[in-house]
Amino acid sequence: MAVTIESRYSSSIHPLHAVLLAGTVPMFLGAALSDAEYASTYEIQWSNFASWLIVGGLVFGGVALLFAIIDLSRPTRRTPGAAVYFAVLLAAWIVGFFNALMHARDAWGSMPGGLVMSVITAVLACSATWFGFATPRIRGLR
Amino acid sequence: MKRSSMIAAATIASLLSGCGKDPVPSQYGPDPQLPQPKRGLLPNMTIAEPAKWADQRPTVPQGYAISAIATDLQIPRQTLLLPNGDILVAEGRGGSAPNLKPKDFIASYIKAQGTSPVKSGNRLTLLRDADGDGVYEVQTIFADNLNAPYGLALVNGSIFVANQDAIVRFEYQDGQTQASGRPVKVTDLPSAINHHWTKALAASADGQFLYVGIGSNSNITERGMTAEVDRAMVWQVDVQTGAHKPYATGLRNPTALAIQTSTNQLWAVVNERDEIGPDLVPDYLTSVRERAFYGWPYSYWGQNVDERVQPQDPDKVRSAIAPDYSLGSHVAALGVAFSTPTMGESFGDGVFVGEHGSWNRADPVGYKVVFVPFRNARPSGPPVDFVTGFRGSDGKTRGRPVGVTVDPRGALIVADDLSNTVWRVTVQKAAS
Repeated sequence: MAVTIESRYSSSIHPLHAVLLAGTVPMFLGAALSDAEYASTYEIQWSNFASWLIVGGLVFGGVALLFAIIDLSRPTRRTPGAAVYFAVLLAAWIVGFFNALMHARDAWGSMPGGLVMSVITAVLACSATWFGFATPRIRGLR
Repeated sequence: MKRSSMIAAATIASLLSGCGKDPVPSQYGPDPQLPQPKRGLLPNMTIAEPAKWADQRPTVPQGYAISAIATDLQIPRQTLLLPNGDILVAEGRGGSAPNLKPKDFIASYIKAQGTSPVKSGNRLTLLRDADGDGVYEVQTIFADNLNAPYGLALVNGSIFVANQDAIVRFEYQDGQTQASGRPVKVTDLPSAINHHWTKALAASADGQFLYVGIGSNSNITERGMTAEVDRAMVWQVDVQTGAHKPYATGLRNPTALAIQTSTNQLWAVVNERDEIGPDLVPDYLTSVRERAFYGWPYSYWGQNVDERVQPQDPDKVRSAIAPDYSLGSHVAALGVAFSTPTMGESFGDGVFVGEHGSWNRADPVGYKVVFVPFRNARPSGPPVDFVTGFRGSDGKTRGRPVGVTVDPRGALIVADDLSNTVWRVTVQKAAS
């Protein structure tokens, strides 16, 4: 059976999608590092930084999730890897959301659970970004 | 829409906090039950849903009557009875604490739903009932352009006002209805951030000292320990020189002070910390012992360590003493006044406590004025409701009591900062 490939280039995710997805990494990673710093210094400002970085990661990740859902719903975009990417990003977002609630506790009340969740979120965000960019998408596959 | 979203939020809150109705432990008196600290992912919150009084009135015991002696005020907080029977009302709203975390933005919006939208008065209003018929026909501005005035005291012919950033003094002649000029500053008070901005005030029996209640700058040090210098304590201020020293420390938010005339002892009501459960930590009434440390932030009710404070300070915890009398968790006691025998037999010996009411508890508490009976100058039994009905059985809140003042002619003055009213409860006949 003949397959016609109309373009030689694989299509990556939409540039805005890419920026938002990649943006979750420094946000969630920064939150984890800030939490680690708070845990070692008890300097409350690190905890404030972490709280905002988590919210930033949720905003970026939330819009990236919408892109991922749209990609999943379009047959020309849908590949097996896209579902894995979506699932990992969704997991990062959910853990990140509960982490945001955890960080709403006052002072050391957010610890040590907040640090653990921040590390998990950062790892998931890195994985999601990896899967998001690594997924081959062949444009115009008929 | 607003209501349904509130219900949705409350439902989510109860799911996430992972706890349903808990039996309310007995939390009155010197030895309250203290459950283990707990906190779900969302705090329990039930915000007052404001409503108008219309023709309703707060409920008082049989043999007493209540009437509104001043309305349309601008956030009345504390009141001061002058020798000729006139009443001064401090009106205002203070605080300049910035929102630091995403949570602060959400919480400040939610809490604002349960308070008066009226602009801060920043003034003292004088009320006068010249003919003694119980109707205060004069309602006039005694002084304005103050900065969130709260605590009031009359010492040797001067009215002292605790603004949120300084104590100021007005010279006062009996019968005056308006201050004769701008006030003179006595001393600055700690005012950076001013998370808990109210500055309670009382004068020693001999008129030599003022006592100032200065609240903490956070719930539990979440603004850092540097913000807590000179906070969560009672100052003793020399009336003549303005010089101050800490009188007692570790009092998270001492919102009202009063001198017990039989002993010349200073008493305070104090609001304790939040977010470790609906039944922690009890707000309390206590005699304030000089140089004593009452725990905040390191521990509560004596030496129960609060793990949220890091680094901890075991030496401070070992020095912490427990307060005298628990009023119950989250009731938000904002007013205290010693009674006189003219208040009737059942309410003649003890203190009245104005309870603003909870916001961080699924099952609301407070929203009333209670009477703590005393015997031999010490609390002697559980609190008795004195003025209730601020929060109706319909869930609507019509008023929130703040300052209470006893008029020795046989009346209790109650400031209500939600309906912007001053209430006066009078003895109708000898209560039995």
